[in-house]
Amino acid sequence: VDKAWKELSNILSGIFCASLNFIDSTNTVTPTASFKPLGLTNGTDHRLLRYAVLPREIVCTENLTPWKKLLPCGSKAGLAVLLKAERLFHSSYHSQAVHIRPICRDASCLAVSWELRQTLTVVFETFSSGQGKKDWSLFKMFSRTLTEACPLASQSKIYVDVSAKDKEKELLEVTPSPTAVHEAIVQGEKRTYAVYDLLSPSLFNTSRSLNVQLKWKRPQDSLELSVPVLHAQRYVSGYGLQTGEISTLIYNTHPYRAFPVILLETVPWYLRLYVHTLTIITKGKENKPSYIHYQPAQDRRRPHLLEMLIQLPANSVTKITIQFERALLKWTEYTPDPNHGFYVSPSVLSALVPSVIAMKDADMEQSPLFTTLFPSSDGSSYFVRLYTEPLLVNLPTPDFSMPYNVICLTCTVVAVCYGSFYNLLTRTFHVEEPTRGGLAKRLANIIRKFRGVPPL
Amino acid sequence: VVEGLALLDLGVSPYSGAIFHETPLIIYLFHFLIEYAELVFMITDVLTAVALYLAIQDFNKVVFKKQKLLIELDKYAPDVAELIRTPMEMHYIPLKVALFYLLNPYTVMSCVAKSTCTINNTVIAFFILATIKGSAFLSAVFLALATYQSLYPLTLFAPALLYLLQRQFIPVKLKSKSFWLYTMQYAALYLCSLVVIICLSFFLLNSWDFIPSVYGFILSVPDLTPNIGLFWYFFAEMFEHFSLFFVCVFQINVFFYTIPLAVKLKEHPVFFMFVQIAIISIFKSYPTVGDIALYMAFLPVWSHLYRFLRNIFILSCVLIVCSLLFPVLWHLWIYAGSANSNFYYAITLTFNIGQILLVSDYFYAFLRREYYLTHGLYLTREDGTEAMLVLK
Repeated sequence: VDKAWKELSNILSGIFCASLNFIDSTNTVTPTASFKPLGLTNGTDHRLLRYAVLPREIVCTENLTPWKKLLPCGSKAGLAVLLKAERLFHSSYHSQAVHIRPICRDASCLAVSWELRQTLTVVFETFSSGQGKKDWSLFKMFSRTLTEACPLASQSKIYVDVSAKDKEKELLEVTPSPTAVHEAIVQGEKRTYAVYDLLSPSLFNTSRSLNVQLKWKRPQDSLELSVPVLHAQRYVSGYGLQTGEISTLIYNTHPYRAFPVILLETVPWYLRLYVHTLTIITKGKENKPSYIHYQPAQDRRRPHLLEMLIQLPANSVTKITIQFERALLKWTEYTPDPNHGFYVSPSVLSALVPSVIAMKDADMEQSPLFTTLFPSSDGSSYFVRLYTEPLLVNLPTPDFSMPYNVICLTCTVVAVCYGSFYNLLTRTFHVEEPTRGGLAKRLANIIRKFRGVPPL
Repeated sequence: VVEGLALLDLGVSPYSGAIFHETPLIIYLFHFLIEYAELVFMITDVLTAVALYLAIQDFNKVVFKKQKLLIELDKYAPDVAELIRTPMEMHYIPLKVALFYLLNPYTVMSCVAKSTCTINNTVIAFFILATIKGSAFLSAVFLALATYQSLYPLTLFAPALLYLLQRQFIPVKLKSKSFWLYTMQYAALYLCSLVVIICLSFFLLNSWDFIPSVYGFILSVPDLTPNIGLFWYFFAEMFEHFSLFFVCVFQINVFFYTIPLAVKLKEHPVFFMFVQIAIISIFKSYPTVGDIALYMAFLPVWSHLYRFLRNIFILSCVLIVCSLLFPVLWHLWIYAGSANSNFYYAITLTFNIGQILLVSDYFYAFLRREYYLTHGLYLTREDGTEAMLVLK
């Protein structure tokens, strides 16, 4: 499996122009409980699973271009026309993903085919750039509009969230008018979506291009964002370059339901975790996890892996702390800017969050794309996978300009010892014979005779 | 150790990670004693001091007997009366040794830090006691325990062997059969106890994992945490190409002084033991101040060499100043961030040079006294003027 993993990371690195080839055994772990393979699988042997994170790499234009090339129409037709790099990277958050899983080819499931799902998530900040109003349009965000759907696509839709919190339908308005309206329960809340079906011929009848616009009718006095039921944050504390502490805070804001969450932490080997300092505190009391899997790191070979199943009581904050010690690396193992620090990859929280509103089984046939975005396993809870922030940790650095000097000085010290011991071991004491003196001594004696001083 | 116990409780082998490098016997010892840890370390320190006290007491008797024998055999020159040691001056030496060990700030620091070095010191002290008392079996067992815990006391096999041979009045000649017989016996005892202890550790944890973690770790030096030795910065700044070569060179450096010292000091095995322990504490891969405390405890035994020491004032100043500067520069590097690792490294270098020169100074003084004993204290040349001694 490790060989296949290495080949996969190298191939992906080549396809997406990303530095995924830096994935090796020092940042790959084998989680036991956090991840389950999606789609059709035969068994769930966790030893075949690999998980790696490269927190130092960032997403840039070179990664977007091959990603777009994987789309059937490329960036020439359909929704992908909107994806231009200079607007996409002018945003607060950007994320690209490629998911591959085996699925049944048809209803009888006689043959297995591979499903490729590409997702792109971008968060635009229109408030600061839109003259203080929260109206947006496709043209304002992407500086272009849609002209036609991709001919190869069997479905091409745009969903706009028009949920109104206070059941006042006149709060916002979308133009042009949507082809349909879809209601669903997403992540425990009832939401309404306006649907634009690009393949329906009625959409492009009036104008050649489609520019979806959203206008707020009344200015918002205060916007309360609903707090998600499960959220987390992580930080490093401690001072100095010797020790530190990683703390993870997990919030459960559900008013009355408790649920378990699986926490997966991968810490690089040069931050040596001390598992006897692991403490989990909820509401002031200690919380013992029902399942712990800990695999300590091996220097330069394997990172730490800590997986725990923690029960979160309703309406609580859970604090997980673990102390670590920083190691001194060899001078070649530091990155070119060693004082920037080293990244610790984000920890993964997986949970089945109970939803406040009961959900009906979603209709898979009608909107397959929608349900893959917001899957739910049964009517009462939905699956959430959260990633915390990556951390930046400083390590003590040796002086990089000194290798030759250090070698010389240390070998000098060893040679001092060797020299004095050699002298003492191989030479014996003798009474000193008086010598006639070398040239210098004779010269000194002549000068002394002139001065009237006794000779040496 | 606490981390190793926590890992054991979690069901993971303590050696699967890279944090725990102690032997399985230590895990099991502390499994029962972890609540009384401070008391345990204080008791081990006291035991070490007691063992050293008894050992030096016996050693003084041996020295005095030997001196009497040599005086009767007329081996000494006529005017060396001031160099002869009397029981009066030797009376307080064992107490001084015990106090030197107990009151040494290094010992106190090791005890407070609860470093397992104190247990190492106790085992070596018991080994010295057993050797001086003459019991070959106990001495082999304690030496095997010491070697099991950290690899370097293997070199103490030679001085122990020489001492026991001397005690049995077997002369050290390569052709003598009784010499080889005794050597084989002692070596067999030592190796058997070592094998027994290693197999016991295997059965305690049901795996051989501890061998690469404990001994591989000592020999290959993967962890570069700064300590008071020379290795860490050297290997942090080493070119990758040469690291294996220099690891081998540094390890050979520790073991390499044994044979020449054995040849030179075969009449004085206890001094040989002292020099060997000092070399181990200076050049081992992860030295601690506890190791230094052990060989410094022996210094009162050679207090009669004081008149021949050449640099003792400078060396004691160097050692004291460096010990004071160590924590200061460490704090400046790691916590204040205003100093470099070079500052701490420089103090490491100076401290080690101080130790090396201290040991070689004592060695010089010892050899010089031996020369004076056999050749007379007031040396004159042929024309009657005062002579100077040089090493040639």
